[in-house]
Amino acid sequence: MAHATTDTALAGSYGAAAAAAAKTPGYWGGVWRKLRRDPVTVVCMAVVLLIVLAAIFAPFVAPNDPYATSMTRRLKPIGTDGHLLGTDELGRDMLSRLIYGGRISLFTGLTPVFLATLIGGGLGLLAGYFGGLVNTAVMRTMDVFYAFPSVLLAVAISGALGAGLLNVLIALTVVFIPPICRIAESVTTQIRTEDYVDAARATGASTPRIIGTHILPNVLGPVFIYASSLISVSIVVASGLAFLGLGVSPPQADWGLMLNTLRQAIYIAPVNAVVPGVMIFITSMCFNMMSDGLRSAMDVKD
Amino acid sequence: MHDTSQAATLPIADDTRDRGGPMQPLLIVEDLKKHFPIGGGFLRKAPSVVRAVDGVSFHVDKGRTLGIVGESGCGKSTTARLLTHLIPPDAGSIVFDGDPVGPYGGITVADLRKQMQMVFQDSYSSLNPRLPIVDSIAFGPKAHGTPTRKARADAEELLGLVGLNPRQFARRYPHQLSGGQRQRVNIARALAMKPRLVVLDEAVSALDKSVEAQVLNLLARLKEQFSLTYIFISHDLNVVQYISDRVLVMYLGEVVEIGDVDDLYSAPSHPYTQALLSSRPSMDPARRRIAPPLTGDPPNPVNPPSGCRFRTRCPLAEPICAARAPELAALPDRPGQSVACHARGVGTGHSLSPAA
Repeated sequence: MAHATTDTALAGSYGAAAAAAAKTPGYWGGVWRKLRRDPVTVVCMAVVLLIVLAAIFAPFVAPNDPYATSMTRRLKPIGTDGHLLGTDELGRDMLSRLIYGGRISLFTGLTPVFLATLIGGGLGLLAGYFGGLVNTAVMRTMDVFYAFPSVLLAVAISGALGAGLLNVLIALTVVFIPPICRIAESVTTQIRTEDYVDAARATGASTPRIIGTHILPNVLGPVFIYASSLISVSIVVASGLAFLGLGVSPPQADWGLMLNTLRQAIYIAPVNAVVPGVMIFITSMCFNMMSDGLRSAMDVKD
Repeated sequence: MHDTSQAATLPIADDTRDRGGPMQPLLIVEDLKKHFPIGGGFLRKAPSVVRAVDGVSFHVDKGRTLGIVGESGCGKSTTARLLTHLIPPDAGSIVFDGDPVGPYGGITVADLRKQMQMVFQDSYSSLNPRLPIVDSIAFGPKAHGTPTRKARADAEELLGLVGLNPRQFARRYPHQLSGGQRQRVNIARALAMKPRLVVLDEAVSALDKSVEAQVLNLLARLKEQFSLTYIFISHDLNVVQYISDRVLVMYLGEVVEIGDVDDLYSAPSHPYTQALLSSRPSMDPARRRIAPPLTGDPPNPVNPPSGCRFRTRCPLAEPICAARAPELAALPDRPGQSVACHARGVGTGHSLSPAA
C-alpha cells in the first residue's frame, strides 16, 4: 500500500475503489466466512445437519419400525445383531426411535426459541429504544413472568391449556420470552446512548432505518448467543412436560420421553437408559459450540 | 482565520440554499433552556432539576466560526445537542438563516438537521463498530433517498477529501483506524449531508497534539471549500483562539461573555474569562504562575447561587452580585463584546461599575 494521500493522486482511484468495494461482502458475509474457518463450528454444524437430515428422512434412514415391540428382545445391549444401539424396555429398536425422536425433540427445541427470539427480542428492542413509559410497560410485564420459576410456569401454562404438542410450544415460548426480552432491552439501552446513534438521528433518518442499520446488528449478537443456549433447555423442559403427560404422549418417540421411560431400567441396562440423554447432550453441546463460534465470528475485532 | 472584515462572508452568496443574504446570521439562538429532572421516576415527580443550559442566546454569522469555551459541566455539550434537537430544548427559539425552527411556521427539525451536522468528541463511540466506515458515511444520504451506489461513491470521494485513501480505508471497520483517522471519518460523515453549519463538540480534544493540528488544518480547508459555518466547542483555549472568529464563554449553563476572538483574548472583561485565560500554562518559565487563578469547583447546577452564578468564586463579588443576576450587555467602549457582570455594566450599583 503506497501512502499516496494527496487529493490529486486519489482522484483517479475512486472508480477502482468503488469496484473493489462492490465485490467485498457485507457484514453478514464476513460473519459467514469466519464461521466457515472455525473447525469446531464446522464440525458442530455438520453434526446438527446430520441429526436434522436423519430426522427429516427418518422413514428412509431408520433400520427398523420404531413402534414394533418385542417381548423377547427387551433391553438388548448396544451392538446386538440387528439393533445397533440395542432395544428399549418394550423391545423397540433404540436407533430407530432416536432417529424418529429427533423430529419432535428438534421441533420442540427450536420452535419456542425461534418464536421467543422474535417476540421477546422485538419487545426488548422497542422497550430499550423508546425508553420511558414503553420501557416501563414492557419490562414490568416481563417481571410478572419472572416471578415464577420457569419450569413451574411452563407446567402451569401447558396444564391450563391442556395436553398436546402445540400447547407445549406455546408454554415454552411464553417461558423464554422474558429472559430474551431482558437481554435485548439491556443491550439496546446501552447502544441507544452511543454517539453513533445520535449521529444517525442527527442526519434526520427515520426511526426504523436507524434501528435497522445501527441498533439491530449490534443487538442481534448477544440475543442470538443467548437464544442458542436456550435450545438445549427447551429440549429438556419439553421432555419434562412429556413426562408429566402434558406434551408428547407414549408411544411416540421423543428423546426426553425415552429418557423418562428408560429411567426404570437404569439398574438393569444403564447404558441403554443413558443413550437418549447422550443424544440430548450432543445436540445441545453442538448448539452451544455453534453459539460460541457465532459470538467470535460476530466480533468484528477478531 | 481571524479576518473579521465583511468580505469573508461573501462567498456564501453563491450558495443556492442561502435565504437570508450575507448579513442574515446563519443561526440565532434565543434564551435556550434545558433543565434535566433528577431523582424522578414512574409516576413520581422529580424533586429537583439540573439547570444544564439556562437561557443561552447567541448568533453565528455565515462563514464564521463561533468558539464556545468553558469548564467541564458548564453546558457546552448540552447546548450542542440542543441545537441539533438531539435533546429537545425546554424553552427558547432557534432561527436558522431567517427561518424559525419549530412546528409553527418556518422550518421543521428535520429540515434543520439536513443543514446542521455534528461531530462528537469520542471518535470511537460515534462510529458504528459493525459498519465499514464507507457505509457509516453513506448512511445519512441513503436515508434521504440517494441510491446506495451513488451514496457509496460520494462517501469514498469524501474520504479522499478528509485525507484517507478510499481504496485503503473504505471497507475498514472503526477499530482498524487510529483516533485521528476516525475523527476524519466523522467529519466526512457530517459533510456527507452537505450541511451549512457543523457543530464540532470537542472534536479534536481527544487527539494528540500533532494529529490535532492536522485535523484543525483539515477543518479550516473544508470550511473554505464548502463555505461552512462552524460552532466549535472546546475546553482548549488555544485551539479555540486558533480556529474561532468569535468566542462565547459559558459558566454553569449561562453565557458570561461573548466577543470577537482577538478582543476577548487580548482584553477579557468578565472575571471568569480573565481567570480562564490566565489559567493557560505560560511558555516562559520566568512568568510561571504559582497561585491558581480560580479555586474550588463550580457550584452545583441543581442549586445555583442566587444572582450572579460566578459570585462564589469571583474576586470582585459584592452584595449586589448575590441580589441580582447580571444581564448580558455590550461593553460601553467595545460594542462587539458583551459581558454579564455587574462590575462591567453601567449603573449596576457595583463599586467598579463604569460611569455612564
